[in-house]
Amino acid sequence: MPVIDLANPTRFLNIVNRVLPWLAAATALLFAFGLARAMNAPDDYQQGATVKIMFLHVPSAWLGMMGWGLMSAAALGTLVWRHPLADVAGKAAAPIGAAFTFLCLITGSLWGRPTWGTYWVWDARLTSVLVLFLLYLGVLALYWTAEDPGRGSRAAAILTLVGAVNIPIIKFSVDWWNTLHQPASILRMGGSAIDPSILWPLLIMAAAFTLLFATLWLAAMRNEILRRRVRAMRIMQAQEARE
Amino acid sequence: MNLGPHADFIVAAYAVTVFVVAGLAAWVVLDYSAQRRILGDLEQSGVTRRSQRKGDQ
Repeated sequence: MPVIDLANPTRFLNIVNRVLPWLAAATALLFAFGLARAMNAPDDYQQGATVKIMFLHVPSAWLGMMGWGLMSAAALGTLVWRHPLADVAGKAAAPIGAAFTFLCLITGSLWGRPTWGTYWVWDARLTSVLVLFLLYLGVLALYWTAEDPGRGSRAAAILTLVGAVNIPIIKFSVDWWNTLHQPASILRMGGSAIDPSILWPLLIMAAAFTLLFATLWLAAMRNEILRRRVRAMRIMQAQEARE
Repeated sequence: MNLGPHADFIVAAYAVTVFVVAGLAAWVVLDYSAQRRILGDLEQSGVTRRSQRKGDQ
């Protein structure tokens, strides 16, 4: 089956219905394994057991940014190629990405209080992630409140592409500005600065969270396709009633 | 498992995460049930999609 066939919503639904149970099961298994490794990971020599918050905070941050990246690709599909599933993909990813960005902010605050002595500082990293969360809320408002779904989708796609400039700002904020938030310690020149006994649980949890995102995203796309079918059928029903 | 003097913060972080993830999962599942139910009601009242009609022709 050529990849282009995925563009057909009915075929896409058939594939998602077959794949979702397996994806959900793999997510649950990987979380069970990841949480077991995380709970048994050693304490950090400076911050003690609070390092265990990292196993939630870092994957949430990655997924918040990845969500916006997926939405940006979907926005290009909507505006440039008018791909039938592009708008569905963007609208489905938005609340999930917003939730992970929210988790990043909350777990970061809970980690910051015992380690930095404060829940919040207006440094470049924290502020740019807060901006990302506010952008998510703006995109959600456009998707969910527009009277004309087509115009709302186009406006959301434009805001998504404009907001994409924030992603490299978040990534490089710790390099460009003097921040309380630590610089990169995982993906950096010269290799990771984290000991393998903590790095491996982190990577397993990141994989588990990524599978969770994929599961939720595909399920939300399925729901959005069904919602659009309901809308189309209600319009037909109203037209038939008038005739 | 000893979570040290800041156990409250660790537990709170995991609790918020469970709450948010459970909320997302519940939203997806409940929305799916609702859309399936509405589609079923529409099909029972005789409304069919254009692509279904073309398939029948």
